Amino acid sequence: MAHIELNVNGRTQAIEADGDMPLLYALRGDLNMHDPRFGCGLGQCGACTVLLDGEAVRSCQLRLDAIGTRKITTLGGIGTAEHPHKVQAAFIEEQVPQCGYCLNGWVMTTVALLEKNPRPSDKEIREALTGLKCRCGTHTAILRAVKRAAQA
Amino acid sequence: MTINTLNRRQFIAGTGALTVYLALPGVRANAAIATQASRLALKPDQLSTYISINQDGSAVGWVGKIDMGQGTDVGWIKMIAEELDLPPERVSMVQGHTDVTVDQGGASGSTGIWKAGAALRNAAAEARRVLVEMAAEKLGAPAERLTVVDGVVSDKSDPAKKVGYGELIGGRHFDIELEWNHEFGNELLVKGKAKLKSPSEFKTVGKAGTRRRDVPQKVLGTHDYMVDVKVPGMLHGRIIRPPVAGAVPIAIDESSVKDIPGVQVVWQKAFIGLVAPKEWDAIKAAKALKVTWSEVKPPFAGNASLYDHIRAAPVAKKDEETKVGDVEQAFAKAAKVVEATYEWPFHSHAPMAPACGVADVRDSEAFVWTGSQKPHHCREGVSKMLGLHEEKVHVTSVTGPGSYGRNDAGDVTMDAVVLSRAVGRPVRVQGMRHEGHGWDPKAPASIHISRAAVDREGKVTAWYFETKAFSRREFFRDEGSPERTLAGQLLDWPLKPVWLFGLPGESYGFAARQKVSTTIPPLLDRASPLRSSHMRDPGGPQMHYAVESFMDELALATNMDPVAFRLRYLENPRDKAVIMAAAEKANWQPRVGARKQANGNILTGQGIAYAVRGETRVAVIAEVEVDRTTAAVWARRFVVAHDCGQIIAPDLLRLTIEGNIVQTSSRALKEEVMFDQKNVTSVDWETYPIIDIKDAPETIDIILIDHPEIPPGGAGESASRPTPAALANAIFDATGIRLRQAPFTPARLKAGLA
Repeated sequence: MAHIELNVNGRTQAIEADGDMPLLYALRGDLNMHDPRFGCGLGQCGACTVLLDGEAVRSCQLRLDAIGTRKITTLGGIGTAEHPHKVQAAFIEEQVPQCGYCLNGWVMTTVALLEKNPRPSDKEIREALTGLKCRCGTHTAILRAVKRAAQA
Repeated sequence: MTINTLNRRQFIAGTGALTVYLALPGVRANAAIATQASRLALKPDQLSTYISINQDGSAVGWVGKIDMGQGTDVGWIKMIAEELDLPPERVSMVQGHTDVTVDQGGASGSTGIWKAGAALRNAAAEARRVLVEMAAEKLGAPAERLTVVDGVVSDKSDPAKKVGYGELIGGRHFDIELEWNHEFGNELLVKGKAKLKSPSEFKTVGKAGTRRRDVPQKVLGTHDYMVDVKVPGMLHGRIIRPPVAGAVPIAIDESSVKDIPGVQVVWQKAFIGLVAPKEWDAIKAAKALKVTWSEVKPPFAGNASLYDHIRAAPVAKKDEETKVGDVEQAFAKAAKVVEATYEWPFHSHAPMAPACGVADVRDSEAFVWTGSQKPHHCREGVSKMLGLHEEKVHVTSVTGPGSYGRNDAGDVTMDAVVLSRAVGRPVRVQGMRHEGHGWDPKAPASIHISRAAVDREGKVTAWYFETKAFSRREFFRDEGSPERTLAGQLLDWPLKPVWLFGLPGESYGFAARQKVSTTIPPLLDRASPLRSSHMRDPGGPQMHYAVESFMDELALATNMDPVAFRLRYLENPRDKAVIMAAAEKANWQPRVGARKQANGNILTGQGIAYAVRGETRVAVIAEVEVDRTTAAVWARRFVVAHDCGQIIAPDLLRLTIEGNIVQTSSRALKEEVMFDQKNVTSVDWETYPIIDIKDAPETIDIILIDHPEIPPGGAGESASRPTPAALANAIFDATGIRLRQAPFTPARLKAGLA
């Protein structure tokens, strides 16, 4: 067990945990957060995505002892009901999710994409989001939402 | 979210309990329910079971079904609001909790709007009738002279005389008996004395602009899922599955996990699980635990011989058959016989996450949280497992990671129950990815033999269609008894398999026709990773892949265009209408045989298919691009014509159809459960690939055909039916290759393209 400090959504919080534990379990278990979700634990689906200094990463693949002081942002950390992030606003406008379990991956990866490339083409969007999973088949709605967010 | 468990009396009695009730995740209540006072005992023939009015005049609909993310709840709200003359914003739903809703079958068979909607609509209309009568008495005016606007009843001849629903009954319950058809589950129907509104009066039903209420929370990360349920004192559980299917534990070396804090191993018959206070520790322990398994003969022959196995297998049951005309004679007289067989593999439900369930089993009572579609069946199964009366088992359904039928949610919930009973603490079981893919119930593999007799004039005179498949209800369609769950099977509950696959739905009026469904025994009868169950439109995509591919083959054999062929032989005008609508929108060009249109390295094609499901019919035209080099198929565009009778919420219906199309494209183009002799080997997203956003369609054009005069049919699954065949027919048009085995992978196409 190690003493680990995590900067999550602008707040530094300390936990006692094994250094080899993935960040996902610290966020969901130790910090009692719900917005990153366990989907595969293999880095294959994106349900656990968080931003690490602005980069979309799979928190199930990130050991606690590898994070250091980098800033972690979760889905709940990018916007609120009153002030949703423009990507969240676009996903709501397009009524994207069905079960919604996969949304972390799509929303957070889109946030990271638009930071780097504010006006991506359809092809660039597909390439940036490739690998994320959605089982309900909302892909077409996701593409509409990303394009809407890029125009916002 | 931390939860307090409480008993049923507290649940529905004093107002003090309501605060706690609202704290339960999965109830999806809103503040309006806080003012909801006690209801009568939960009886299927009581109006208060379905509709209640709050003191502020808003209404609550109570339903024993659940929305799974398509906005069914908003559909119910619109139907209730319409009949009650309330704005939809003032209606909310409570769904699927076994203590406060009657058994309406859970999410099942696309019957949410179709069947539960009918019951709720009737109940809401009756509630309005009763409220108007109460107002008549209060206002001293005859009921015929009263009108209702936004929940306020007023006297048409003296508009100053008015009274609101809240004042009339708010905080009290209806004490009105309904006519009940004495069915539970999907078929439950109630009605009162009230006359339903006519479609011309509708203000919200059928109108666009409906917004789902769960979407903002889901997008903002504040929606509670099954995985978020936390009960005080809860331990984290994991289940240990054998490396070779069918093996049972013969020894466990508990010293292998002695260094992991707080691990307890539970071993009962063939069931092994463990619990630990911290989830990560439970994961580590599940990996570390040394189990000696019995030596068993590997139970499977592997994928490669799956269809040979099905062909050779004995028939367990001829489960359904229809026959019209003299089929034998038509074949005897045929000038030509056309025949083809189509093969479809096992599929995994593969929800976004492996299932999670929480159980708090006490001496005389149990509290259960489940991501299952069928909370009332969950209660039934748990009560049998524990020997408790159903009233003592309280099941809350909570949003799972996607649910497309009888997936692993029912199993993991029973796992949690068994572990909680053993350790005397609440237990949360979360499957790991390889268990979700590897051990979830599978959609059954099947073969479909189709044969037609053609006379000298090129007319089809007879059609024979035979399915031979694993049962889609090998252990029934839900978890309503322990043997229908993995835990129950591992604990030696006697098996009661149900043999059923079913028949396709279409209206081809060939003079003689025979359809037969036969089912074969499972590959391994107990605790099999290939046990088969319902998956979105159980049997539908498989059967219609075969039927509609064959209709294209028949069109070619009789020198006809595929659209013209269907219009010639179909009998139901609504079926013809969806085909004509789709063909027109897609600018269908009549053709006989494959056009093999090429644009450089890309071959393009267009294919049509149609199907009927219950009261709903759908035609799908797929437009594909096939890369000549890689043999990859991109379904670039779909045109869908959809007739489900009366439309309740058109914009949500469009999104539901899109989901069906994309999900079933994934199944048809990519998905196949792989297994070797020992076990399932497609155990994650690499080994069980699904559609990627790179391959998502560019356009899905949807034509909704509304029939306000025809009660709504289901729409949750219908568009899944024709999609695989539309793709196969489009691939044929592009390449001339007829794919008679799914999925339509580059490997299967490549040989033909070379």
